[in-house]
Amino acid sequence: MQIMEICKSFNNQPGDLINVLHKVQGVFGYLPAEVQEIVANGLGVSVAKVYGVVTFYSFFTMIPKGIHPISICTGTACYVRGAEKVLEEFKKELGIGVGESTPDGKFSITCLRCVGACGLAPVVMVGEKTYGRVSPEGVLDILKEYEG
Amino acid sequence: MAKTKVIVGLGSCGIAAGARKTYEKIKQLQEVENLDFELKKTSCIGMCFREPLVEIIDEHGSYIYGNVDEGRVVEVIERHVINHEPVKELVVKTDLFQTEDNHFFEDQVKIALRHCGYIDPESIDEYEAHEGYESIKKIADNEIKPEDVIGMILESGLRGRGGGGFPTGMKWKFARNSISSEKYIICNADEGDPGAFMDRSLLEGDPHAVLEGMIIGAYAIGATGGVIYCRAEYPLAIKRLNIAIEQARDKGYLGDHILGIEGFCFDIYVKEGAGAFVCGEETALIASVEGERGMPRKRPPFPAVSGLWKKPTNINNVETFANIPWIVFHGPGAYAKYGTAKSKGTKVFALAGKINNSGLVEVPMGITIHDIIFKLGGGIPDGKRFKAVQLGGPSGGCIPEYLANTIVDYDSVNATGAIMGSGGMVVMDESTCMVDVAKFFLNFTQEESCGKCTFCRIGTKRMLEILTRITEGEGEEEDIEKLEELAYQIKDNSLCGLGQTAPNPVLTTLKYFRDEYTAHIIEKKCPAKVCKNLLTYEIIADKCTGCTVCAKKCPVNAISGERKLPHLIDQEACTHCGDCYSRCKFDAITVS
Repeated sequence: MQIMEICKSFNNQPGDLINVLHKVQGVFGYLPAEVQEIVANGLGVSVAKVYGVVTFYSFFTMIPKGIHPISICTGTACYVRGAEKVLEEFKKELGIGVGESTPDGKFSITCLRCVGACGLAPVVMVGEKTYGRVSPEGVLDILKEYEG
Repeated sequence: MAKTKVIVGLGSCGIAAGARKTYEKIKQLQEVENLDFELKKTSCIGMCFREPLVEIIDEHGSYIYGNVDEGRVVEVIERHVINHEPVKELVVKTDLFQTEDNHFFEDQVKIALRHCGYIDPESIDEYEAHEGYESIKKIADNEIKPEDVIGMILESGLRGRGGGGFPTGMKWKFARNSISSEKYIICNADEGDPGAFMDRSLLEGDPHAVLEGMIIGAYAIGATGGVIYCRAEYPLAIKRLNIAIEQARDKGYLGDHILGIEGFCFDIYVKEGAGAFVCGEETALIASVEGERGMPRKRPPFPAVSGLWKKPTNINNVETFANIPWIVFHGPGAYAKYGTAKSKGTKVFALAGKINNSGLVEVPMGITIHDIIFKLGGGIPDGKRFKAVQLGGPSGGCIPEYLANTIVDYDSVNATGAIMGSGGMVVMDESTCMVDVAKFFLNFTQEESCGKCTFCRIGTKRMLEILTRITEGEGEEEDIEKLEELAYQIKDNSLCGLGQTAPNPVLTTLKYFRDEYTAHIIEKKCPAKVCKNLLTYEIIADKCTGCTVCAKKCPVNAISGERKLPHLIDQEACTHCGDCYSRCKFDAITVS
């Protein structure tokens, strides 16, 4: 069982709960209730505690993300440089809101707080790839890269 | 003759601007053309506005080229490396001739950032070749006592660069005086302020300097374990830190009896955060390292007495640690030479927002905000007017144009109502609405409040509701009073820094831009033309050519008119989206 192995690689230490959750989310893409129960078992802590940690930190999600998760930086520098309009454009083009996925599971939209590339604001990430100086007009071009 | 070096800047911003492609292209060109030069990597030199950056060092000296995207590689390499003729118009920094961007570096003094953009952060040999690990060796060779190391840091006047500004030497002294067989030293790399990226650049560009700072700190306070708590949004920083830690272990800078100092056993590991702003607060950070929800707790006991795993713990910020080896190597006097009476040394600032030269600068304390924005930062783009600068992120405040001559030191900045913070400077111009900015920050702190204290949890929500109402044109006269009352209650009744400072953006904008609030509330107008519901779009009949573009693009069909005749906007139906305004090619639409 993969989750148990991950727990074991951290010596089943309750103190490593956050590290374990990072690893597990890396494998499954999200942390549904069933997964949280197994983690709780593995580390010998209550499910409530695991759930508490999962819901406290914004990096953990209980909803699966799209194949190409789109994250729009809404940090201060991006905000004053028009991130809001870029976000609106993504929402309009994909027909979904923040925290949602397209019906075909291809794209999802989330907002994140500052990736620290403020010199290139506004910044958008698709998966691991970072796009700098994004304008609302450039949104379609980005999406086109992931078509087909 | 030394071989020509070609060095590509591969920090996060460089990579986002396409530096990896630039690097690959140079490598390919080198292989195909069989060119004789040394291709190397470095990190960020701070000129984010000119990324991707490529430095070429030949027999004459160093030339840093800006905006070298994939397409420009051939030109630069052919002309400079093959034909030995520098492409002067693309050079952004060199000591050999004047460039347009030279003023970006003129007032800078690089201490914390001394290696960033100059050495390969993934090579311990390069760090060692640049005074690296010499400071801890100096301590070992001269048998300098821990108390004397603390004395040096006290004498240098170094204050916490994370924002608090507490004297670092004092903090170390408290931790030193706590008696325990186990002690911890933590590096706070949870750089949460949006718009700040000093720590990211340092960790990506010079991870060994941070490690050496921690090793010296550990020796001074007697720590046995070290943790770097780094936010998960910085994958490159985490990767380079882990490489650096491995290298330091291999060379014996970490481990048992470091450099032969009897009994000095110390190791460091990286702990990833998971996205929570409040974890920048010391006690919340400790809870998060222990795998708990990152909620702050009451102090005392202070971490210096009971911190991580209930052991004495000392926490410093990334930039603070990066300064330490320099101070030990060059002496506290050399550091204290820079700065003002109460704020010594230099400070790194991240310039972002409506500014020409966005990037990273390190300046001596005491320089004016005006100089940072206009001399180093190159002023405001598009000829717009400078309006305010936000210092200290969501915990800080806005400093208006008329106070731009404020000097940067902890006390002068605090006197304006803002805080020095960790060094984020987000510049705003006349097209930024200050009520909207206050709302933005409140939205941030309200979402990031951990929920422990009622005033922070509910108070920020109520403040946000009022601000939202004002920006939507539903503001009432007594709203300003209500905002102020709530602000002071939240400040007085919150346990940690997040709540105590959350109202600052509202209070400072109310202090300096109260007329903007009243314009929104009484006149129902947004002077900066940002708040949608308060705008009216109208077509100027004389300028409208009847091209029908606006009518076709209007999402609610609120624009009507015959082809080649002036059009009209139905104000009842208009949703103020601004699509027509941005699409009109004839400037025939006004906003008021």
